[in-house]
Amino acid sequence: MGNSQTTPGIVAGRLPADRIQENFDDLHPAYAPHEAAVAADRCYFCHDAPCMTACPTSIDIPLFIRQIATGTPEAAAKTILDQNILGGMCARVCPTETLCEEVCVREVAEGKPVEIGRLQRYATDTLMDAGKHPFTRAAPTGKSVAVVGAGPAGLSCAHRLAMLGHDVVIYEARPKAGGLNEFGIAAYKAPNGFATAEVDWLMQIGGITLKEGQALGDQITLPGLKDSHDAVFLSIGLSGVNALRAEGEDREGVEDAVSFIAELRQTSDLTTLPVGRNVVVIGGGMTAVDAAVQSKLLGAENVTIAYRRGQEAMPASKYEQDLAAQNGVRLMFNVQPVAVHGNGRAVEIELEYTTDTGSGLTGTGETVRLAADQVFKAIGQTLGDTPEGITLEGRKIAVNDTGRTSLDGVWAGGDCASGGDDLTVTAVAEGRDAAMDIHATLVG
Amino acid sequence: MADLTTEFLGIKSPNPFWLASAPPTDKEYNVRRAFEAGWGGVVWKTLGSEGPPVVNVNGPRYGAIYGADRRLLGLNNIELITDRPLQTNLDEITRVKKDYPDRAIIVSIMVPCEEEAWKDILPRVEATGADGIELNFGCPHGMAERGMGSAVGQVPEYITMVTEWCKKYYSKPVIVKLTPNITDIRKPAQAAFKGNADAVSLINTINSITSVDLDLLAPQPTIDGKGTHGGYCGPAVKPIALNMVAEIARDPETHGKPISAIGGITTWRDAAEFMVMGAGNVQVCTAAMTYGFKIVQEMISGLSQWMDEKGYASTSEFIGQGVPNVTDWQYLNLNYITKARIDQDACIKCGRCYAACEDTSHQAISMSADRVFEVQDDECVACNLCVDVCPVENCITMIELQPGEIDKRTQKVVEPEYANWTTHPNNPAAQAAE
Repeated sequence: MGNSQTTPGIVAGRLPADRIQENFDDLHPAYAPHEAAVAADRCYFCHDAPCMTACPTSIDIPLFIRQIATGTPEAAAKTILDQNILGGMCARVCPTETLCEEVCVREVAEGKPVEIGRLQRYATDTLMDAGKHPFTRAAPTGKSVAVVGAGPAGLSCAHRLAMLGHDVVIYEARPKAGGLNEFGIAAYKAPNGFATAEVDWLMQIGGITLKEGQALGDQITLPGLKDSHDAVFLSIGLSGVNALRAEGEDREGVEDAVSFIAELRQTSDLTTLPVGRNVVVIGGGMTAVDAAVQSKLLGAENVTIAYRRGQEAMPASKYEQDLAAQNGVRLMFNVQPVAVHGNGRAVEIELEYTTDTGSGLTGTGETVRLAADQVFKAIGQTLGDTPEGITLEGRKIAVNDTGRTSLDGVWAGGDCASGGDDLTVTAVAEGRDAAMDIHATLVG
Repeated sequence: MADLTTEFLGIKSPNPFWLASAPPTDKEYNVRRAFEAGWGGVVWKTLGSEGPPVVNVNGPRYGAIYGADRRLLGLNNIELITDRPLQTNLDEITRVKKDYPDRAIIVSIMVPCEEEAWKDILPRVEATGADGIELNFGCPHGMAERGMGSAVGQVPEYITMVTEWCKKYYSKPVIVKLTPNITDIRKPAQAAFKGNADAVSLINTINSITSVDLDLLAPQPTIDGKGTHGGYCGPAVKPIALNMVAEIARDPETHGKPISAIGGITTWRDAAEFMVMGAGNVQVCTAAMTYGFKIVQEMISGLSQWMDEKGYASTSEFIGQGVPNVTDWQYLNLNYITKARIDQDACIKCGRCYAACEDTSHQAISMSADRVFEVQDDECVACNLCVDVCPVENCITMIELQPGEIDKRTQKVVEPEYANWTTHPNNPAAQAAE
């Protein structure tokens, strides 16, 4: 091969195999027992704890940390999983710095929160490593529920329904379950096949049938599902990607960040995955950071995130921004793409500086050109085709607090549904809450 | 999940965790919150005689001892018994018991050492429907000066006498709460059972001054420049309580008698330890006062997990199981020989084991120029101090020498037989084995 960071174009193997392996190791290594004990000791067991309120799934954080501190991480895991069946993944991918840890009284007082995410991982890993599944199914209800999409919302909904005694069939368009946990987040956040292992562990509850390669509108239809099941939960995610609306967007080398991440996640040997020498990521969210950092870790020489607004408006947290900067990613603010130049293939991107006039962003007319043989679009995803007759709110499926859609017998949750903030943990909460409402409806 | 239902003196509660008679159980509001949080029972804060209630100080009532990171290790109080009218408490007890028939409610009582005083109050307490009474013979401050509390608990004859009155005028279980401010805890326990007590509970708080204000030169908590001794409780007193519970559990005169354990119980593990040492259930106060009622959830999940792991289906399967393992020093096996071992991979090279051993013990740990610490078996007496001061769990362990091996310190071969001090040649009173 003989490629290096400076090899022109989009090529694989820019770094030696051992460097790539090291780069994609666990971002936050697991606690050893002693570290967990020391970390747990810092928790004050606050009353009506702010961390618990900040958690979208309302995990009883002080209780689970006390259970770790008193030598029962398995009980701690049960406390976590009671509220959030994907507590293992959430421990890894939650932006804790903007959720539980941000409001930890020790963060507020000392700038050093109790490391809730890592403690959660310690508890859930202990239980899952022992191969234990602490939940059992209630007596069969004879009811059957279709769950469309095996991402966090769908898995959470399916598990809760199965636990309550219903039979569940999950229809998944892709060849593999997990949704964005499996295809959409940075590899270093959940290495060693954790997403797959977690799905396998979750399925131990029983009563859930997983059918892959079943896309809504192709192999299955909503009327069909309504006929064959007592209720339907839609957790179909966002399959579309916003257009760049820049000249030359169709040039080779311009790709969706989510597709790049999905391909990366499914590539067993990362030395075979091509990446540009000069990569520019358009966007400002977690997907932009995930794509940029991973490009850098694969060996891209120059990686830039170009965000159209100022740093203060960037959806990626300060922590994520720092992570990008630490990995050598350049962050550019107040720039928007106007053109991708090149002869068939992208060679340069032209960015125009922006200013916020108060009534929206406008270009200043000043432009800058960056070398770019690979451009990733990370400017948001959109709902794909929706079933006929379902009401939308904005660009998502309209739902009430418990996930009910405008169609009788159809619930929705996760990224495809209105409300929420497109986080794994929010999707889990929505799936769980919809399951409770479906249960109440079916047996009520 | 293991069944935590516990029956103590025929009183059933969903778990063995009761709140001790103290501020957390002073009134209906708190007790209802406690039951909602999951506590199995409460001992209502001590009632006094009819008439004007006692008064409390209006300055600070509590003092504390802290560990690292301001973790509360010991608490001291100078609060008295309930300062609310008797009838108010009785009405509240009646209401709460009616609403929570599955939880245990025990009424703590402290009235003067006169038969009339007990004869007056007991029927009124019985009318509440509470499950039993606990005689407060323990409080070491305020009431003791008035001839009650620990002033009674320190005189076994008084204990017997008052207990007999209670058994005469009250039909349900009578628990006698003991003070630890005494030289031999077995005596008041024997006295209680002599008076036909159904159970003893212990320990009440220990006489203490937690600290001194070095500006005022006065004990803390300080009331207008003065302080007084209070009752010490919390995690710091647990070892003292554990010993006293074990002493009563293994005393031939009281062995097998019901004990409700109190004293620094903070986690499920503490509770399990007391129960293994003979307690039928446990009472908690300081932990609830430090962290709130919610901690009972950790106690429930932890005890239940431990029982599942050990295969115990009910609490009765392990209560008292450790009592036969408590013995006198003279019966410990002198042929049981161990040596400390330092795991070099786990060692973080802090040198605390070396300082402890070199300065204060047996000079049995060597230190190299590059900070490698190793046990010298020819000096190690297996005192365990290095294990205790090492900051890394399981870094230093005690390894048992097998029979036939040579103890390098004594140059003697390890004998397989059990042999204790009673037969040791150095013991002037040694009895030769027949």
